[in-house]
Amino acid sequence: MAASPTPPVLEVRDLRIALPPGADRDHAADGIDLTMAPGQTLCLVGESGSGKSVIAQAIMGMLPPVLRMERGRITLQGTETPPQRSDRFNRLRGTQVAMVFQDAVSSLNPIQRVGRQLEEILQVHGVPQSQRRKRVMDMLAAVQLPDPDRAYRSYPHEMSGGQAQRIVIAGALLLNPALLIADEPTTALDVTTQAEILDLIDGLKKKFDTSVLFITHDFGVVADIADHVVVLKDGLIVEHGAAESVLRAPQHAYTKRLLDAASLEGRAQGGDAGAPVLTVRDLNLTYRRGFFFNRTEVAAVRDVNLTLHKGQTLAVVGESGSGKSSLAKCLLRLEDVESGTIAFKGQDITHERGRALRDFRARVQVVLQDPFGALDPRFRTLDAVAEGPIIHGVPRKQAHERARQMLERVGLGPQAAARYPQEFSGGQRQRICIARALVLEPEVLIADEAVSALDVSIQVQILDLFTELQKSLGFSMVFITHDLHVAAAISDRVLVMQNGRVVEEGPTAEVFEHPQKDYTRDLLNSAPGRKGGLAA
Amino acid sequence: MIGYVLSRLARAAITLLVTVTLVFIFIRFSGDPAAALAPPDAPQEVIEQYRRALGLDQPLWAQYTGYLGRILQGDFGYSIHSGRPALQVFLDRLPATLYLGGTALLIALVLGLSLGAIAALNRGKPIDRAVMGFSVFAFAMPNFLFGLGMILIGSLAFQVYLGGQGAGVLAPALTLGLASMGSYARFTRSSLLETINKPFMLAAEARGIPYRRRLIRHALPNASIPLVTLVGLSVGSLIAGSVVTEQVFAWPGVGQLLVRSVATRDIATVQFLVLAIAATMITANLIVDLLYLVLDPRIRVR
Repeated sequence: MAASPTPPVLEVRDLRIALPPGADRDHAADGIDLTMAPGQTLCLVGESGSGKSVIAQAIMGMLPPVLRMERGRITLQGTETPPQRSDRFNRLRGTQVAMVFQDAVSSLNPIQRVGRQLEEILQVHGVPQSQRRKRVMDMLAAVQLPDPDRAYRSYPHEMSGGQAQRIVIAGALLLNPALLIADEPTTALDVTTQAEILDLIDGLKKKFDTSVLFITHDFGVVADIADHVVVLKDGLIVEHGAAESVLRAPQHAYTKRLLDAASLEGRAQGGDAGAPVLTVRDLNLTYRRGFFFNRTEVAAVRDVNLTLHKGQTLAVVGESGSGKSSLAKCLLRLEDVESGTIAFKGQDITHERGRALRDFRARVQVVLQDPFGALDPRFRTLDAVAEGPIIHGVPRKQAHERARQMLERVGLGPQAAARYPQEFSGGQRQRICIARALVLEPEVLIADEAVSALDVSIQVQILDLFTELQKSLGFSMVFITHDLHVAAAISDRVLVMQNGRVVEEGPTAEVFEHPQKDYTRDLLNSAPGRKGGLAA
Repeated sequence: MIGYVLSRLARAAITLLVTVTLVFIFIRFSGDPAAALAPPDAPQEVIEQYRRALGLDQPLWAQYTGYLGRILQGDFGYSIHSGRPALQVFLDRLPATLYLGGTALLIALVLGLSLGAIAALNRGKPIDRAVMGFSVFAFAMPNFLFGLGMILIGSLAFQVYLGGQGAGVLAPALTLGLASMGSYARFTRSSLLETINKPFMLAAEARGIPYRRRLIRHALPNASIPLVTLVGLSVGSLIAGSVVTEQVFAWPGVGQLLVRSVATRDIATVQFLVLAIAATMITANLIVDLLYLVLDPRIRVR
């Protein structure tokens, strides 16, 4: 390549990063080549463990000591970077290359005001005190915070995830670096906030003439913002090219799988609805906290009505704080409702106690979001799955037999029974949780964000598993999710919630194709991939 | 935030009232004070006289309200030993104990924090193991044994007697602070390790903030918040330890006074000392709760 007047912002040549001995593979990343022109957005796509974050750490000079950069060169604006973790690297961080992370609130010091943390960046890079405040305020305005003065005085916990991400982005761009690395910066956010942050990054990129290296697992996001795409699997680049061509004509099977996951198609069901299993009428729930001095009330669920028919899946969608998880807790009778009724197969169970409540709980089971927290680390798989039947009076031997059969049905081999949860991956753990719920042969399964913590290709597998088991076992399902793709893939009917109220309800295909309410339309339009032509 | 302060204050007041009541009950249960006060061979009429003088002939509730009323007025009774007010006897001894306890706390904090930080920053290395081993030793060592050992070694090897106020505060303070120092060191280590691995520390590195500054400005303040609770709680073990340490080193403080008053059945003094110790504990915990307000902005919203 001939020397050009403007060198590439980032050039990575033949990068190889070794994993410590005993890891499941030799290299976290191998043979990585990346080139980024000024003003370009490059998306590094892959699932967890693909090596995408390790590459970002190497570019930041922040590889942890256990990971060794065995080979390769990294140059920023034509200059080779100093050794990993060296003091000289501090001068490049923030000035030439900056980084924002997934969880913005926790990437800020919780006990320092935001303004001070931003000024510190200027201070350590030698900007005189007299200019600091003004530059911070200008940047807070540039990231479109509604009240920059207030943001300056705030502590991190006083801000929402979206606001905090704006703050962090402001900090990253304060010294106008040539390269911004964004590591899954919108993954933890609601769809509407995600769309705003993606827009913001795109706008700032043009305004400050910054290149963006965007790390994501979501091809919907790629479709919205990428100029170039690099797809990683197990530390190797499996595909790269212009965003348009990769999205339109993916070459590698893995890329195709990821793309499929981002454009889940609705299932063509809508068969006859069976008898109503769960009927909820005018349900209200208010959380009250504190005593005399600091009493607060939050109306979590407001006048919710719903009917779940036998064999049907009802998706409850909404952003965080919309009341969907509170609704799930009411349905499980984990919260005492304030008013309204919940009927299970025609029987009012709103205020059941003791024996009747226990019987009800055997018929209604739950699968939660975080498969890591949901399993007791000291219970073997078999014991975890058999616990439910034993509690509900099945003899131990029989319960173990049923647990074994159920583990097989969810796709875990017989050797899984004797192992502990920490020996399994996230997807496998979720299978255990599903087995644990279904071993009681419930009539209703409530899944609360049950695939949200999983990688996209695993998501597809777990959703398939739900559908398949539902077909063979015939249970009804309430599927709570913030992800419209997931709702489209799994549900017959959908219920959209906002601020505790039901905004819209109807057959899934109908609601998604012809939304009646503005809020539903907003949600659908914010889903990543809409702009880029990936249909939900 | 005002709710938080008020609820902590109310809690402290209730705890204090419960303590005062318990002291009242225990003193009534521990035998007849009149019999204890009167000379051993006093005739029954003399004991009755004492009983009237002490108000013990009145109904229990009247005794209780009278007792509460006197406490509120600052009247804690008189030491039978010297005939002086119990409060005065206590105040005479207080400076020596504060001097000893304060020095012990200072030693424990400075040594504990630095040892813990050194261990955390050298995690897994020999120095980490050495420091942690030492802090287990410090924590497990009974202070009467350590104190006696120091006095013994001082006398035999260096011809210096370490007891009494003349020998200085260092030896007894070290003895008294040793256990707290051990627990501070272990706690600092784990708290600092946890903080160093928090995402905001990584983010600070990504902003180009140098190592030293990340450590001093970001990690240490965050890591020290939970330590405040531990320090508040260890005030109790310092008081308990001072009873033994003052006895071993012949240190003329409150701890020594307590031992002597119990031995001579000086009821008013014992009663007042128990109240004073309880009040100190309650105040220490109140200070911890209020200090959290200053240190951790996340508490202020509650």
